[in-house]
Amino acid sequence: MFAAFGTTCVLLLQGCSGWQSALDPKGPAASELAWLIWFFTGLCALIWLLVMIALAAPLAMRSRTRSDPLVLDPGAEHRKARAVWAALGATTVILVGLTLLSFFANRTLAAIGSDAELTIRVTGHQWWWEVRYENAQPSRILTTANEIHIPSGEPVRIIVTSTDVIHSFWVPSLAGKLDLIPGHENVLDLMADKPGVYRGQCAEFCGQQHANMSTLIIAEPRPVFDAWLNDQLRSAAAPVSAEASAGAELFLNRACVMCHKIGGTVAGGTVAPDLTHIASRQTLAAGTLTMSRGNLAAWIADPQGIKPGAHMPVVDLNGDELNAIVAYLEGLK
Amino acid sequence: MSSSDLTSERDLVPQATPKGDLAPERDGPRDTGLDDATLHRWLERTWRTKPGIIGALSSVDHKVVARRYLVTAFVFLCLGGLNAVAMRIQLSGPQRGLIGPDLYNQLFTMHGVTMMFLFAVPIVQATGIYLVPLMVGTRNIAFPRLNAFSYWIYVSGGIFAWASFALSMAPDVGWFAYVPLSGPEFGPGKRADVWAQMITYTEVSSLAVAVATIVTVFKQRAPGMSLDKIPLYVWAMLVTSFVVVFAMPAVMITSTFLILDRLVGTHIFNPAEGGDALLFQHLFWFFGHPEVYIIFLPATGMVSSIISAFARRPVFGHLGLVLSLIAVGFLSFGLWVHHMFATGLPKLGASFFTASSMLIAIPNGLQIFCWLATLSDGRPVIRTPLLFVFGFVFTFVIGGLTGVMVASVPLDLQVHDTYFVVAHFHYVLIGGSVFPLLGAAYFWLPKLTGRMMSERLGRWHFWMAFIGFNAAFFPMHLVGLWGMPRRVYTYPAELGWGNINLFITAGAAVFFLSFVLFTFNMLHGALRGAPAGNNPWDAGTLEWATTSPPPSYNFARIPVVTHAEPLWAEREALPVATGLRVDARELVISTVAEARPDIREKSATPSIWPLFAAIAVGATFLYSIFTPWAVVWGALPIAITLIGWFWPKGDPEDEE
Repeated sequence: MFAAFGTTCVLLLQGCSGWQSALDPKGPAASELAWLIWFFTGLCALIWLLVMIALAAPLAMRSRTRSDPLVLDPGAEHRKARAVWAALGATTVILVGLTLLSFFANRTLAAIGSDAELTIRVTGHQWWWEVRYENAQPSRILTTANEIHIPSGEPVRIIVTSTDVIHSFWVPSLAGKLDLIPGHENVLDLMADKPGVYRGQCAEFCGQQHANMSTLIIAEPRPVFDAWLNDQLRSAAAPVSAEASAGAELFLNRACVMCHKIGGTVAGGTVAPDLTHIASRQTLAAGTLTMSRGNLAAWIADPQGIKPGAHMPVVDLNGDELNAIVAYLEGLK
Repeated sequence: MSSSDLTSERDLVPQATPKGDLAPERDGPRDTGLDDATLHRWLERTWRTKPGIIGALSSVDHKVVARRYLVTAFVFLCLGGLNAVAMRIQLSGPQRGLIGPDLYNQLFTMHGVTMMFLFAVPIVQATGIYLVPLMVGTRNIAFPRLNAFSYWIYVSGGIFAWASFALSMAPDVGWFAYVPLSGPEFGPGKRADVWAQMITYTEVSSLAVAVATIVTVFKQRAPGMSLDKIPLYVWAMLVTSFVVVFAMPAVMITSTFLILDRLVGTHIFNPAEGGDALLFQHLFWFFGHPEVYIIFLPATGMVSSIISAFARRPVFGHLGLVLSLIAVGFLSFGLWVHHMFATGLPKLGASFFTASSMLIAIPNGLQIFCWLATLSDGRPVIRTPLLFVFGFVFTFVIGGLTGVMVASVPLDLQVHDTYFVVAHFHYVLIGGSVFPLLGAAYFWLPKLTGRMMSERLGRWHFWMAFIGFNAAFFPMHLVGLWGMPRRVYTYPAELGWGNINLFITAGAAVFFLSFVLFTFNMLHGALRGAPAGNNPWDAGTLEWATTSPPPSYNFARIPVVTHAEPLWAEREALPVATGLRVDARELVISTVAEARPDIREKSATPSIWPLFAAIAVGATFLYSIFTPWAVVWGALPIAITLIGWFWPKGDPEDEE
């Protein structure tokens, strides 16, 4: 028993440094929540310890087993009644306190995004995230997928919804989770204190590939973020090599074009991630693979082996055709 | 008639006006004045389960039905446990390829469905079916044929679910089966239909048991067992049964709406056609949260019984415990939204449910305090059942306190749908219900089998279960806080969850092995154990007044109750009431509050029709996952079997 708790304590210390951990907060919302978690945990541990002492104390005392079950000592019964009432009173006071505490914590969280400048709409799909940067100017609206760049040190408003099943948007080191529900729009405000990469993952069971539906929040200083946004608003880079040109040709003549969009070409599908700047992303297939030439080829060649059940079909390509498409996509920085 | 008159042996004179029977009332020999051997011969002939296969299938004896329930539920526990072992092996390391997502999703769905609907609820109800009639001192449960019917429906629902798993068409949408994932558009095949109809089977069965339990407790208590003398376990079963009656219809509506959406194209949950996906969650959790208390409240009754026997005194604060049971029963209906804090409900509304969730900790806390106060009086006799009660307090208090944590809206947003919640509800359900059930097995199985289980193996079992459970589930709190969501079939290595998951799997293996030991101890005890005698623990309630195992008629003469712990108050011999017929199945029906004997009433005789009715109903449910016409065609065989069941035979015994 103690070995088990000992081991978990050791694991606890090494685990705090995760990049997807509620105990390693990197923003005001998560910090408030981490504080709340530690406070509740401490108080609950104390209460549990008191109950265990009350359970063990009579066993430790060298009292006798009662002989006649129906003979009770009225004085002792009276003392027990007082102890039970006292414990009940303390329980009530503690619970009222915790209720108020969580109410005020809720208010703190609600205040975070009140002056957010940037609004991002995240739409859940089986099993990837569509990310749209809202703007009053239609030409400044950016649609991308799976990776969300935000300016660090300022609040960001995220509107979440879904077009298929229910998903849940959760980046533990920045904020608590919020469900993406078809027919509903929910609002989550978050902020990253410092530049960094924070991982998030779908937290509501959404079907076969629920496990491989993650996202990265990439927080950058405002100027870097603005540069990134301007970069992403450009149309796709034209292929530079003969192989890449052949790849572009193939992409536009095969099944790829039915689902994917590449800005500046005739590829305009919207049911799958926008690939206009795919090579600028760090991961593939909603965090399933890291971005590399080899992984791009693997993903195109065998999506069902890597992410069984994913909606990406196998497209019949020979080796040269596969290489050509990969060369083209690799150039879409 | 005042209750003091009943301490003498005297005839029970029917006080009500004669009933308007279809058949003429015929009198027969009564138990008054018969010697013990003759009385036994008469009662055995009247109440026994008839030999042969038809006799066994026709049995309406509450003990026979309960034994079948217990064995079946235990089989489902083992199956659900094997699901869990398979999942733990897959999760023991990052990116393991042993089980793919399709099978994994079926595994966790079947684990949840099996444990909730085929193990936990049936086993607590089965324990009640066995013990409640004995504890209130009557000869059979109320509506015995309905009770037998409930078992056949339950077992056909269980076979239905597991046959679909064997055919790889088991539900893969989670035990909660949220729409739209389970809806017509995103849940192809028959998998979600299997979920929906399996729910219907088990809910019909548990509603039937609940009704029978309520009537047994209200109307069949032994003379003198006024409300204040009802054992705490019986109170717990009574409150549980009321919770069942009010909660189960909500989930039946949910699953019926779902199957309507899937089968006949209604759009109740379809947002594109004016329906709403969140409505499903409200309906489901309006049942789902009380469900937790349906599983937990009977366990509190078991804990009270065990503590009382081994602390050698009545439980401290009997009235307080009864009131807290009732309070928990009511409050359990006001908490469902705390399963939906992440759905973006209005903040103020959600905060209300934080407050109501906190509130239910008060009556639950009171129960713990009363038990601690009982145990602090003298040194308790430490035997295996009490060890499991200690294990219960240790683990359930952790589960209760993490429950207070998830009741807080903002805190829940970090832990909701993570392994923290998995840890929380396993602490509540295993700590709060399975540990008491295991203690209850050591405590009451000697009554069922007539033989004791091994104390030495029992202690080994306890420590293995206790250590295995905590090693498996405590670390889940941590891995949940580190960001691991539920219901994932794999996870990447770089998140650092590998070691702790391997440790969890090792703990789960120890916990699983403890059940192997338990199974051995049960079988060994039932076959080779030392004879138990009537009252091996010198406990105070009526089930210990009869032989182990009890005869088919439970009590040769109906006991008269003068004290909440009758066997402690009447050490020499229990006063009894006489005047019941011995050639027909007669019960004493008593008044609700004071349990004054009111009338003699017939109890239904064995019948094969409940089995046929269950087959007809089960076949209709099964057929209805394919076509809505099943309801039309199925009505015919159901009507025929029900006519057979209720056909008046002109025999006074069958007149009800």
